[in-house]
Amino acid sequence: MSKAILYDATLCINCKQCEGACAEQNHLRYDDVVAAEDRQSEHKYTVVLNKNEKYMRRLCMNCAEPACASVCPVAALRKTPEGPVIYEASRCMGCRYCMVACPFGVPKYEWNKLAPRVQKCTMCSERVQAGKATACAEICPTGATKFGERDALIAEAQQRLHDNPGNYVNHIYGLNEVGGTSVLLLSSVPFEEFGYRTDLTRDPLPLFTYRVLSRIPDFIPLGGVVLGGVWWITHRREEVAAAEGAPSTNEVFYPRSDDGRTK
Amino acid sequence: MKVKLTFWKFVFLFLMAAGVAATYVRFAKGLGPSTNLTDQFPWGIWIGFDVLCGVMLAAGGFTLTAAVHILNIKRLEPIVRPTILTAFLGYVLVSIALLFDLGKPYNIWHPLIMRNPHSVMFEVAYCVMLYTTVLSLEFSPIVLERFKLHKPLKIVKAVLIPLVIGGLILSTLHQSSLGTLYLIMPEKLHPFWYTPLLPVFFFLSAIAVGLAMTIFESSMSAKHFGRQLELPIIQELGRVLLVVLAVIAILRFEDLLHRGVLGLTLKPGYEMYLFWLEIGLSVVVPLILLAQKKIRSSAGGLYITAVLVVLGFITNRLNVSITGLEASAGVHYVPKWTELAITAAIIAAGFALFGMAAKYLPIFPAEEHHASAESATGAGAGVLVHAGD
Repeated sequence: MSKAILYDATLCINCKQCEGACAEQNHLRYDDVVAAEDRQSEHKYTVVLNKNEKYMRRLCMNCAEPACASVCPVAALRKTPEGPVIYEASRCMGCRYCMVACPFGVPKYEWNKLAPRVQKCTMCSERVQAGKATACAEICPTGATKFGERDALIAEAQQRLHDNPGNYVNHIYGLNEVGGTSVLLLSSVPFEEFGYRTDLTRDPLPLFTYRVLSRIPDFIPLGGVVLGGVWWITHRREEVAAAEGAPSTNEVFYPRSDDGRTK
Repeated sequence: MKVKLTFWKFVFLFLMAAGVAATYVRFAKGLGPSTNLTDQFPWGIWIGFDVLCGVMLAAGGFTLTAAVHILNIKRLEPIVRPTILTAFLGYVLVSIALLFDLGKPYNIWHPLIMRNPHSVMFEVAYCVMLYTTVLSLEFSPIVLERFKLHKPLKIVKAVLIPLVIGGLILSTLHQSSLGTLYLIMPEKLHPFWYTPLLPVFFFLSAIAVGLAMTIFESSMSAKHFGRQLELPIIQELGRVLLVVLAVIAILRFEDLLHRGVLGLTLKPGYEMYLFWLEIGLSVVVPLILLAQKKIRSSAGGLYITAVLVVLGFITNRLNVSITGLEASAGVHYVPKWTELAITAAIIAAGFALFGMAAKYLPIFPAEEHHASAESATGAGAGVLVHAGD
């Protein structure tokens, strides 16, 4: 079954323990300097944003049908059945199409390294595979970040919206965005205030390219037959001319002299 | 004449020296220090110009082989070789440029064994790889002829038509797929440029630029290699170009109309100015020029038009890959000197290689070449221009 993370901003107290646990899990530096940084980067996979004492996490949404994985020419990024979207650095050739394609601007790059890698939250895939919760969910002292089955978390989020409608914006972010994500968000202030776009399509993004790409296998034999056919027709006249003993234009080496044009 | 030659040689050496310095920064320090690329803006002119425009500028190869070999328009034969040469050099240079842009260029071969058929980039990689192979084979008779290698020449000649058809399919696929690359970002790319028709526009503009580049090249060759200009040929290309541009113009505005963004084109702003610069250079002014018989019949008029068309569609590709993505990224991208230096060095190398090939290989059907090639290589000569026999 597919796992997910539910983050309820109304329960968050901005303790940033999720940031620290994430850094530790992914062997990244975490100190006061990093803690003060208020955006995701190649050394900070998740961040708690603070706007007038309203909080919001940012992390990889681990889309159900991720644009990043669909565009990667070498399948370095992959969606696992459990939910996480993982990255295999040894396959990556550094084309950065994933960064361009991601609707949430999540993948970051090690611009200053000679063998740069794409860096992003991979929803603690190793822990999840071992049946454990993500590091951020496990450490969260208030239950603002919760890990579990996606279906169950959606039901719980709906329940919370139903029980306390005044407390929330009536929207589970990630339920339908780009076909659904494995990270679900609840908030009391509009998501746009934290840079989350609410105008995203409900269609999975890979569909947009797949509609075109899927026609290629059909196009190849069709194109071959059409081009071959046109070639056969346009050259037929010469065959006829040759059979009748008339000089073919093909026997005349360029520049041709029969039409009197320049040599 | 001699002074001019020295001047261009100086420019060439300067660009090459700057290119070497930039190459050092790129591979010794990494992408960060050598580019203005950021997490917000991961693709710059090495993708927007070197790759997207490079492949488009090399489109004369497939346009002309289709006209001559498939449609059997023999009048165009004399200019097939220079366009094949341009295409071949173009693709080689695009591949080299890609090595600068990739974070781990030594992994460029990975798509060969690590496949993701759902990726447009994967498809483009395969098509470009295969098409470069096809181009090298289409180009090979010129070299084989030069060194009088009759046996391999016969082999290439025997498989030429299947090769040409394969090349046309591959070209259609990857020229359009460069547009498909951007279909994955409906929310990021500005509505002037994001359209489900992106692959169609990329394909059509490749044909237009293929024709324009052929006119440009013929004019340049006439000027610099002391050859007589094949005026009737480029006049014919000019007429085809007129039709292709008209089709593109109509389709472009129909598309804007149906997507309901036609009104946006009158709303002043950064995107609007660059949109009209693109439309003006690529279709409006060239159509006005070509509509006049006097201009479309004159060598100078055709040359100017061709240059405008090329610049116009370069603007188009840069708009798709840079201008149209700046607003959603929230940053303004300006290339660093190193990015410009490498791009300029690659262009300069292209000109120099074309000049050298034209000097040492039988590219043009000049009288001496014609006479010697015909007698020396007999049946094998002119394989490329005589596919039909």
